[in-house]
Amino acid sequence: MLGSLKGMFLTLTSAFRRPVTDQYPNKPRQLEDRFMGFPALTWDHNVGEPFCTSCMVCIRQCPTQCMSATMIDNPLQKEGKSHRRKIVDTFEINLNRCILCGICVEVCNFDAIVMSHEHEMSVYQRNDDRVDLIELLEMGKRYQEDTGWIPPSQRKKAEKEETAVEKASA
Amino acid sequence: MTTVGGSEELQSDQHVDLMLNMGPQHPSTHGVFRMLLRVDGEVVLDAEPHIGYLHRGSEKLSEGEQYNQVITLFDRLDYISNFNNEWVYCRAVERLMGLEIPERAEYIRVILGELNRIASHLLFLGTFGLDAGAMTPVMFSFRGRERIQALFEAVSGARMMHNYFHIGGLKEDVPDNFPQLMTKLLSEIWVDVEECDKLLSFNEVFVARTKGVGAIDLETAIDYGWTGPCLRACGLEYDVRRAEPYSLYDRFDFDVPVGKDGDCWDRYFVRVLEMYQSLVIIEQALKDMPPGPVMALGRRLIRPPKGDVYVRAENPRGEIGVYLVSDGTDKPYRVKVRPPSFCSLSALRHLVKGAYIADAVVILGSLDIVLGEVDR
Repeated sequence: MLGSLKGMFLTLTSAFRRPVTDQYPNKPRQLEDRFMGFPALTWDHNVGEPFCTSCMVCIRQCPTQCMSATMIDNPLQKEGKSHRRKIVDTFEINLNRCILCGICVEVCNFDAIVMSHEHEMSVYQRNDDRVDLIELLEMGKRYQEDTGWIPPSQRKKAEKEETAVEKASA
Repeated sequence: MTTVGGSEELQSDQHVDLMLNMGPQHPSTHGVFRMLLRVDGEVVLDAEPHIGYLHRGSEKLSEGEQYNQVITLFDRLDYISNFNNEWVYCRAVERLMGLEIPERAEYIRVILGELNRIASHLLFLGTFGLDAGAMTPVMFSFRGRERIQALFEAVSGARMMHNYFHIGGLKEDVPDNFPQLMTKLLSEIWVDVEECDKLLSFNEVFVARTKGVGAIDLETAIDYGWTGPCLRACGLEYDVRRAEPYSLYDRFDFDVPVGKDGDCWDRYFVRVLEMYQSLVIIEQALKDMPPGPVMALGRRLIRPPKGDVYVRAENPRGEIGVYLVSDGTDKPYRVKVRPPSFCSLSALRHLVKGAYIADAVVILGSLDIVLGEVDR
């Protein structure tokens, strides 16, 4: 008898504490910084073009082959505004195939792709889950605004300089 | 003895056995597992497991993926304990390459692996309670599991399919507030595990449903290739973490809980005790965790030398083994997985013979199988 009474007492005490359940659609949970949502492309605000040069590294490394892209010569480079010789022309991700592994972000050499915080992406048709360059850039811009994203290579550079300054002062 | 089938009329004095189809879509089968039961009234005379419903060809798919991409497939084998699966695969490739990984990465792997063990056992506790007819424990155990998964999300960015352990270390270092997160989590998880334990372990109804049910003797269990908590419940103190210490397990002080009778209750209680031991290991690991790098490899393309390697590890469900053959290219030539659930499941026929149908559900639940791993 004792075991069941103990259990009943426990359930009784738990009746008086605050619920732990989040009422999801009404009160969404705070997302973690590292939360991996669907991949998105970032926008270089300094130049006014995407970071992506369509080098195909992420496309070759994707375990599910969910992306495709094409590149063109960068018109802004001819005008002397940009240092990128090639630029992305089209980019498509099939979010139905994406498994959110983050490999594309790891292999990108240009900080061009991020795991955004987008995750509520219900659509009416299967094909609507194929997002093109414009949508991907929009998702990326939203992510950049929300999180104050700094390109990882720039951040690393700044950190290196900081440590160098520290060493010099020490 | 005949079996009912078709539309023939039964005579009142005729004795027949009934073929009962259980699963694949059955709430007590923990995934998509189908078994054919031959029953006489309430008693199971024979059981025929049909596996392969969730077969995705993971082993064959691995041969077409690069070494770093295979980690995502291992995430999906035993989808309740993703970190442990990633870990054993990464260790296999690292052994093949003769790679030493940084100490900090090892510590983080131990902490996350043991947390994953607790999360897996908490899920078992809740669903096993459901199998035995207790509806409350699952609420308590999922609360604890959800806390652990929130931490996983903060560390790796995903609740379940993390892809966080990489060959040569980790994807990135843990966030800066990791020690604070862990202290908070540990205090909560101690309480959660204790509450779950108090709620179910010695409940008279639960004990009556599980004690003496599905008992197996040690010899038979070994013959079936059982490992992990199921084998330890039979009384043998065999744990890969102790028998062949890998990673840092020789540095930690922990007990290997064993059972006595090898019945459902013992299999359950061994797992409960294991959760406490995992917490002890995590506390020790957190205390000793050194600073430093977490990745030993600078380059991305991984090309292990020609050769083969067999690596085993203690997963929440038992001993997982990975046999990896490399032909010197950037893709593995062969990846063979020895899943613990498959061996546990192979003894199901032996266990359910002569049991009641309701007990068959409890027996299946006590084996704690994950179909993603059985079918691969």
